[in-house]
Amino acid sequence: MTALTDLSLLEAASALRKGEVSSLELTEACLERIDALEPQLHAFLAQTPDLAISQAKAADQRLQEWHKKTEEPLPLTLGIPVAIKDVLCLEGIPTTCGSRILEDFRPPYSATSVARLIDNGVVVLGKTNTDEFAMGSSTENSAYGTTHNPWDLDRVPGGSSGGSAAAVAARMCFAALGTDTGGSVRQPASFCGITGLKTSYGRVSRYGLIAYGSSLDTVGALTRSAADLLPLFTAMAGHDPLDSTCMPDPVPEINLDAGTLTGVRIGVPKEYLIEGIQDEVETAVRSAVKVFEELGAEIQEVSLPHTDLALPVYYLIAPAEASANLARYDAVRFGPRLKSEKLWNQYLNTRGELFGPEVKRRIMLGTYALSAGYYDAYYGQAQKVRTLIKDDFETVFKDVDLIACPVAPTTAFRIGEHGDDPLAMYLEDIFTLPANLAGVPGMAFPVGFDRNDLPIGMQLNAPHLGEKALFQAVHAYQTQTDWHLRKPDL
Amino acid sequence: MSLTVDEVRHIANLARLKLTPEEERRYAQQLSSILESAARLLEVDTAQIPPTATVLPLRAPLRPDIPRPCPPREKMLSNAPETEAGMFRVPPVLE
Repeated sequence: MTALTDLSLLEAASALRKGEVSSLELTEACLERIDALEPQLHAFLAQTPDLAISQAKAADQRLQEWHKKTEEPLPLTLGIPVAIKDVLCLEGIPTTCGSRILEDFRPPYSATSVARLIDNGVVVLGKTNTDEFAMGSSTENSAYGTTHNPWDLDRVPGGSSGGSAAAVAARMCFAALGTDTGGSVRQPASFCGITGLKTSYGRVSRYGLIAYGSSLDTVGALTRSAADLLPLFTAMAGHDPLDSTCMPDPVPEINLDAGTLTGVRIGVPKEYLIEGIQDEVETAVRSAVKVFEELGAEIQEVSLPHTDLALPVYYLIAPAEASANLARYDAVRFGPRLKSEKLWNQYLNTRGELFGPEVKRRIMLGTYALSAGYYDAYYGQAQKVRTLIKDDFETVFKDVDLIACPVAPTTAFRIGEHGDDPLAMYLEDIFTLPANLAGVPGMAFPVGFDRNDLPIGMQLNAPHLGEKALFQAVHAYQTQTDWHLRKPDL
Repeated sequence: MSLTVDEVRHIANLARLKLTPEEERRYAQQLSSILESAARLLEVDTAQIPPTATVLPLRAPLRPDIPRPCPPREKMLSNAPETEAGMFRVPPVLE
């Protein structure tokens, strides 16, 4: 018999409807698995078993009533245990962003994305580990310790949504929420062998997402397949009057069975398969492109000529926005306070002591890029080159429907491998940053394994608000391949 | 482009971050190398290129101005390190 935690989200939803399993049983199975694996993985910053059990009981109640008169449609997420990245507010539950400056912070309200999932019946198991304020690519920047990759405990799970990725890959939950500012959903999904969606900028409300880089931040989700991801996207996406940057456009109905790839044009940018990329990553991505071709897609080489500028553009714009967003941590309204007689010293001491090294580095980089005398040269110039990067995508999307490329140059690296070398860490993001700068959606999914049995991911990008094409293409790929069904030995 | 320790001290002050002397030295070196790696960005001719501040076509949309309840004061104060008389308490701003 299959362990309950090995069911896919859709299989679990179906079993709930047939009365073969209860949400409480699913929830208890996940809680047991978390108890067993958490000491090795450290995927969670807070666990919420009491909340989970009460939500599971409520879901079971709703299912029982549904069985009496089955005409009312039930959300597919009803009764499904999930985890939430610790940068999204959940009312009353500690939300730290992986930072000591938010130690013990209990939000007075929930993020819209989280609230919509809860309205759709999910069971919340806890808050997952993240690089501090989502700044990082490994979870090593969390103030509360690193998450370990379920495929190899000596390696990072990727980041910043590394706790969410590890929890999904390790079958501790059926799905998890993440956020993606420069690759923070796609890269950990790739490192952990699962499927992750970075939504279009403006597609999902960011109300209650603790801000990092406001022109780049997006809310996304991580699951074991595109089919499992769809109900979460459907529940979360769409306009929110509480977020003026959330697009009013209707969210299309997405039917995965009807998806065919005949005539779908997929572009492979020549700038992404470059020297320095791990051989096995390139081979796996090229094989996956072949599968898309066999599925009926038309493949062509395309060019995104400003790709190599995405890294410096991102590492000026994101820190500049972060330096403004993180000014709110002033030890007045929330967070611990290092007391001082003078307000000025209280700011300096609290922020200097409680922000971690990467956060301080980015705040200073951003402050410098915005400071008098440097604004035009750095921040202004970065915004202009961002236009060129965005235009690259718009030009290519006149000729193709999707762009296919690697997620990261390598598979998961070792914990500590990049030491105290920020530039080496930033290079991990070279293939994921452009989509954030252009605001387009991307989906990462597993396409193979390297010689160390570590998962290899690739991503598809679509035009702004084009998530439907991503779901259909990745789902088609996953009906032909079984990389997404592999699971780590734990 | 390289940053001196004095410049790092100035930036840290603007950003309200107290740094140790060791941090000042390390950040001077690290920020310098990050800025050096961004040098090729400065060479791009952008004279005719408009800046992108947001990728959205939206421009400050408005929602109907309808009063709705706000969370109770105690709740909004509940995370504060220090409160007094229903307000956030801070050290004196003016002497």
